[in-house]
Order: sequence, then structure tokens, then C-alpha cells
Amino acid sequence: MTSLRIFFVGGLISFRALFNWLSPWIYVPSLLVAPIVQILLFAYMGRAAGQESDAFYVIGNAVQYSAIPCLFAMANTVAGERWTQTLGIVLVTPANRVALFLGRSLPVVVNGFIVSMFSLVVGGLLLGVRFPAASWLPLALIVGIAAVSCTGLGLANAALGLRVRETAVMSNVLFGLLLIFSGANIPVDALPGWMESVSRWLPLTHAIEAAREVAAGATLAAVSGLIGRELMLGVVYGAAGLVALRLLEAEGRRRATLEIQ
Amino acid sequence: MRVLRLVAVSYWLHLKMIAVSVFEGVFQVIWPIYFATVAFLLYGRSDEPGVLVYAGLGAAVMGIWSVVTTTASGLLQRERWLGTLELLVASPTRFALVLVPITTAMASLGLFSLVSTLLWAWLLFGITVPVASPLAFVVSILVSVFSVALLGFLLSVAVVRYRTAWAMGNLLEYPGWLLCGFLVPLTLFPSWVSWISYALPPTWGMQAIRASAHGESPWLDVVMCLLVGLVYGVVGALLSETVLRSARRHATLSLT
Repeated sequence: MTSLRIFFVGGLISFRALFNWLSPWIYVPSLLVAPIVQILLFAYMGRAAGQESDAFYVIGNAVQYSAIPCLFAMANTVAGERWTQTLGIVLVTPANRVALFLGRSLPVVVNGFIVSMFSLVVGGLLLGVRFPAASWLPLALIVGIAAVSCTGLGLANAALGLRVRETAVMSNVLFGLLLIFSGANIPVDALPGWMESVSRWLPLTHAIEAAREVAAGATLAAVSGLIGRELMLGVVYGAAGLVALRLLEAEGRRRATLEIQ
Repeated sequence: MRVLRLVAVSYWLHLKMIAVSVFEGVFQVIWPIYFATVAFLLYGRSDEPGVLVYAGLGAAVMGIWSVVTTTASGLLQRERWLGTLELLVASPTRFALVLVPITTAMASLGLFSLVSTLLWAWLLFGITVPVASPLAFVVSILVSVFSVALLGFLLSVAVVRYRTAWAMGNLLEYPGWLLCGFLVPLTLFPSWVSWISYALPPTWGMQAIRASAHGESPWLDVVMCLLVGLVYGVVGALLSETVLRSARRHATLSLT
């Protein structure tokens, strides 16, 4: 019961306290307008280069942009606590660490989903891209799984926040890697071999591929393999993140570095 | 002479301060390289000759825009957090002369991005950018840096009442990349968009840089880039006085 309370109530309070982008003055420009302009930028680059359709870039960038809320918000579960000097207080509690950190992930997943869906709808409208009505529900499911999977990577990013002070830089580095490797703007099979191999082990790659296939008329069953791999990657990254959080917390306690700003 | 000394010392001091920050370094050098890499991979699939040189040059210059938009918007807020804003305002020097060297130092950091992107393009993608008129090329770049710095100066004072100005600055990064002709030819946009593009100094700067690289005359574009930048600078200077008067009257100068 306590773990459930930590998971739901603790997670929500923590999200509201630490994810300061919830201010509309930041949320609107950073999480609603910026992804639309990213979509336009790459769609026009695609037009200039004569590569791919507008739908390709709308889907790729809408799904990929969930990395911003997912990576940054998860990093803030550690960095934000440190900034407000409450990290030590949180980590001295006997609270179940899995409930503590997974609870903090849940609002992040929901937010990542909202950002991606908004980008998909508005980006599509601006570029005149129409998706079949029947594809919206499977698309929403895939976008949700992409947010879960990216939040898994976010958990690993949060763990690094116990050792790295510049978590914003770390999150930007990961965002940039996902931009290049996830196939958001270049089809994965058109990437050089080694890059294609890397991309298969990153979150979002399979979700983007599945979303494109569904938008082109494929059924959910036809892309179940891609969805399964995306979900599995999210679980693996999330589990690795939880283990790393535990190890780095112990390391931080031993070296008395938890609260060094 | 005092003014020149002030500008030079302030420029050098802030350039050193910004250059040692890991956060600024990553943002200004690595961040545009991510987008440049996508651009090279994307344009690399095109059969059109010369398209990679076009992308290489554009990607190299877009870092100058990025560095200014992402940092200038939070400039006054940062001074506020450091507790130095009141000291700057209280000094007998005109406020514009304090801020312009800072935004110029920020824009100069974009030169790191320019060089690193050109090196990245050459080393990883084999893209060499031939420069037919090196002198005109360098002048075009320096004028672009200065004009973008003046735009940054206006931006820094325009958003001073907006406590989360950094978000506004970040938001301007992509539109600048899109509208200034760095990676997308302006001819692809509706004509009304061109009006916005030509109101931004980097559009003229980018045209001047491309013209000098191709051996064409860049001078009209250089002059236009400078003129548009100066307009932003004059508006910024006027606005800064108004903003300061207002902040002093309402005692809001140090409110974070």
C-alpha cells in the first residue's frame, strides 16, 4: 500500500514540483511549438533534397520529439532534487526505490505521449498530411509505447544524474543521438551499416517504423514485432536505469557526493 | 578611446567566460553538428550535384544563429542571477555598450561551431567547401557575426520582462534555421515567408557567404546584412533605455 502511494501520489507531486516546464510560458514554446517547427524544418529539407514524403517527417519527428520531455523530466527527478537540496532527504527514506522512481516515470510517459500526439496532429494539419481514420488508434498506441520506451532511457539518464552535474547537456546529447540514429529523418536502412546496427538498439527506432507502416495502412498485428521490440528495449533501458540508480546511490553515499551542485 | 577600451575588454572577458562553460560548449559546437549530420545524410541521398556543398556551408553557419538565440535571450536573467545586473545598470556607461560586446562574444563562439562543422563535414562525409574569394568569405562571416550579435542584443532587452526568456530563445533556433536559407532554399517557401526571411540579418549573411564561396560578388548582401543588423541594434538601444527606466521606476530590476 505504501509503495502504491509512493508510486502514484509521490510520482505526481514530484512531477509537478520538479518538471518546471509545466509553466505555460515554457511548456507552450518548448513542448508544443518547437516540435512543430522541427517537423517543418525537416519536411522542407526533405522537399529540397527530393527525399521522402511529408508524412515521413511528420511521423518521425513527432515521435522522436517525445525524447525532450521524457529525457529532461527524468533527469530532473535527480538533478531537480539536488538543486532544491532535497535529494539527500529523498534518498535517506526507506521508500521502495522501484516504486519511487517508476512513480516518477508515469507522469513523464503521459506528458511524452501528449507532446507527440499534439505534434502528429498539428504537424500533419500544417503540411496537409492526412492519416486514415482507422490508423489513429493504433498510432496513439504506438506513440504511447514510444513514450514508455524513451522514459526507460530517461531512467538511465536520471541515474547518470547522480554522477554528472550537467544533466541538461546529457539529455541534449541523447536527444541528438536519437535524432540521427532513430530513423526520424533518414530511413534506418539508408543509414551506413554500423549506424543501422546502433539504431536497432535504441528506443524510438522501432516505434517510428511501426507508426509509418500503420499510417500507410498496415494493421496493428502486422507491426506487432516492431512494437514488441520497442517495448522490450524500454523495459531493458528502464531496468538498467533502476539498477544504475541503486548502484550510483550507494556510490554517492560512500563518497558523500550526492548533493554536490 | 574609453568606449573602445570598454567594448574590447568586455568582449574579451565574456568570450573567455562563455568559452570555458561545458554547457555553452556543447550547445554551441556539438548541438549544430547533430543537425548538420542529419542534413548531410539527408542531402547525401540526393542526386543533385553540389547539394552537399550547399548543405555543408549552411550547416556551418547555422551555429552562429543558434548560439545567439539560445543564450542572448537569457542574458539579462543570467546577470540578474549572478547579482551583477544592478552593477551594470548603475555604471555610467550606456547600457547598450555593456550588452553589445556580450552578445558579440556569444556570436563569436558560433565561429567555433562553423569551423568544427566544416571539419566534421570534411572528415566524416568528405565534403570540401571550395572558397573562391577567401577575403570576401571572411568579411561576410565577420559581418554576419556582428549583425547576428546586434539582433541578439535586441532580443536580450526585448524579453527582459519575460522571466522564462530562455524558452523563447530556444524556440527561435529552429525557425531561424528554417527561414534564413541555411539548409532550405528560400524559393521553396510562399512569398510572404520571404519577407520574414529578408528581415533577418543571417539571410543576407548566408547569401553573402555563399556568393563569396562561389566567386560571385557578395558586397550588396554584406551591406544589407550590416544595415539590417544596425537597425536591430538601434531599436535595441532605444528599447534598452525604456526598459531600464521602467525597471528602475517599478523597482523590478533584481526580481528573479
